[in-house]
Amino acid sequence: MADAVLPVSAASAQAEAGESPAARALRRLLRRRGAIVGLVVLALFIAAAVLAPLIAPYDPYAQTWTAVRRAPSAGHWFGTDDVGRDVLTRVIYGARASLMAGIVSVGIAVAIGVPLGIVAGYLGGFVDAVLGRITDAMLACPFLILAIALAAFLGPSLRNAMIAIGITTTPILLRLTRGQVMAVKVEDYIEAARAVGNPRWRIAIFHILPNILPALLVQGTLSVAAAIIAEAALSFLGLGQQPPAPSWGSMLNSAQRFLVNAPWMAIWPGLAIFLTVLSLNLLGDGLRDALDPHRR
Amino acid sequence: MLTFIAQRLVQLVPTLFFVSLIIFSLQQLLPGDPALVMAGEERDPAVIEQIRRQYRLDQPLPVQYVYWVKGVLTGDLGESMRIKEKVLDLILEKLPVTIQLACMAIVIALAIGVGAGILSAVKKDTAWDYGANAFALWGISTPNFWLGIMLIFLFSVKLGWLPASGYVRLTDDWRASLASTIMPAFVLGNAIAAILMRHTRSAMLQVLESDYIRTARAKGLLERTVIFKHAMRNALTPVITLGALEFGTLLSGAVLTEQIFTIPGFGKMIVDAVFNRDYAVVQGVVLVTATTYIVLNLLADIAYILVNPRLRS
Repeated sequence: MADAVLPVSAASAQAEAGESPAARALRRLLRRRGAIVGLVVLALFIAAAVLAPLIAPYDPYAQTWTAVRRAPSAGHWFGTDDVGRDVLTRVIYGARASLMAGIVSVGIAVAIGVPLGIVAGYLGGFVDAVLGRITDAMLACPFLILAIALAAFLGPSLRNAMIAIGITTTPILLRLTRGQVMAVKVEDYIEAARAVGNPRWRIAIFHILPNILPALLVQGTLSVAAAIIAEAALSFLGLGQQPPAPSWGSMLNSAQRFLVNAPWMAIWPGLAIFLTVLSLNLLGDGLRDALDPHRR
Repeated sequence: MLTFIAQRLVQLVPTLFFVSLIIFSLQQLLPGDPALVMAGEERDPAVIEQIRRQYRLDQPLPVQYVYWVKGVLTGDLGESMRIKEKVLDLILEKLPVTIQLACMAIVIALAIGVGAGILSAVKKDTAWDYGANAFALWGISTPNFWLGIMLIFLFSVKLGWLPASGYVRLTDDWRASLASTIMPAFVLGNAIAAILMRHTRSAMLQVLESDYIRTARAKGLLERTVIFKHAMRNALTPVITLGALEFGTLLSGAVLTEQIFTIPGFGKMIVDAVFNRDYAVVQGVVLVTATTYIVLNLLADIAYILVNPRLRS
């Protein structure tokens, strides 16, 4: 019981085992089959996004009017779309928009939500009350509806979609950070840090932040998954990545009109979203189990 | 109990204030002169002037806000730029469609989610448990618009069993109405079923470990009685209240599913409004959904206390 609550004694236990907390978490993560599958699939998608120009068989913008809506074949593994573009190529390039949207929007949410959450949780009082009510208000607006409204008022583009998703994800991270900080700040080692004369900002950054990182890492991973679905949804509605730039959401949008004679246009981009989100969810669940001191 | 409700009601005031502030400030995000943007294609100076006057855009922001809130409090959510109808009337007209869809989705979600959750908890670490967990993972990872498209492909295009789009009112022809809403309702319910399954499973596992269940088993009660009469009752209370909080997921999902299945509900209205640059409608929709969520949240809290005697007093 005591070692689960007090990271100090947990740290001494690790020192005996000669293993850093990060190394132990990694070892425990890699024991989980689901997390490994998630990591591998995610790595493949990241590789596809980074190496897109090298591995994509065609130009993502090249329209071939003589090969419109061709079924999957040796020449076009995933078939071609309504203007004769190679679907495999566009799925590979589409990984760029999706992964970037996931990372950038969660980055925005972390950059705003975590510092504010630390301030709210650490200082408490009036600041906390005001931030708490703003968080309540934002969480009261359904995630996608708020994102759509923001994207609508900002104007449709991938950049604005990322801003909209980032802003709507912020209250989730703010609330989590606040709760974690409130739990950590009453620990003895924080009291000790205060007693030796550390200023508040130093305690917040060097003593509190490292201890709430595991929870943030788990939520961050799951939030990237949610952000990727949200970006695909906004692009599907025409509020994200604008055509002809490739994105999985907008590919699904045009595919919907050709379901009868070109179903492959809908299958592959959707499968790509599903696999990316699934791998992030598997990784998030794995991280949660690996980082949770109560589940040894 | 009454003090608790009173406290919660007082807490609502600042939350609602910030909700109104957020929705009001959306307008400030519009690039350039809002009157010009709201006018859209219309270039008639008289119309632009009318918009400027209607939204009091020539006055300072706090004044604009006060007038806007005054309107909202008296049920005046503004007027649709495009179809010249009151936003509130538009919303009330579309709402029944989405409510029908939402109710069907919740029934589906409860049936699948709670069922799978109980099954996986009772048969922990068996193939049933792994299957139910895989289903939950699949449910939260599948983008619902893709699921919708795939269902249309299977049941409408390939098998021809169900209509791909359109909506028939329940009062006009209930069979056709169910046929037109069963696929979108399943798409909506599926995502929530996954979340409910996870909640049910963990609540059920916790309850099954408790002393009174051991006592019930020791008394020689049938396992069926133990699970359905003793365990389920206690396990499902938090699940039901957590379910109420999935209202937001339901509405977010309705935006996409109504779009895919061309169902003229609340969700399709906001998308249409976005593309028609009908900003008053967008604001109205966000306001109504947020307020509903806050009220539901309060009711869920009260219900939780009512069904849980330990929390009363």
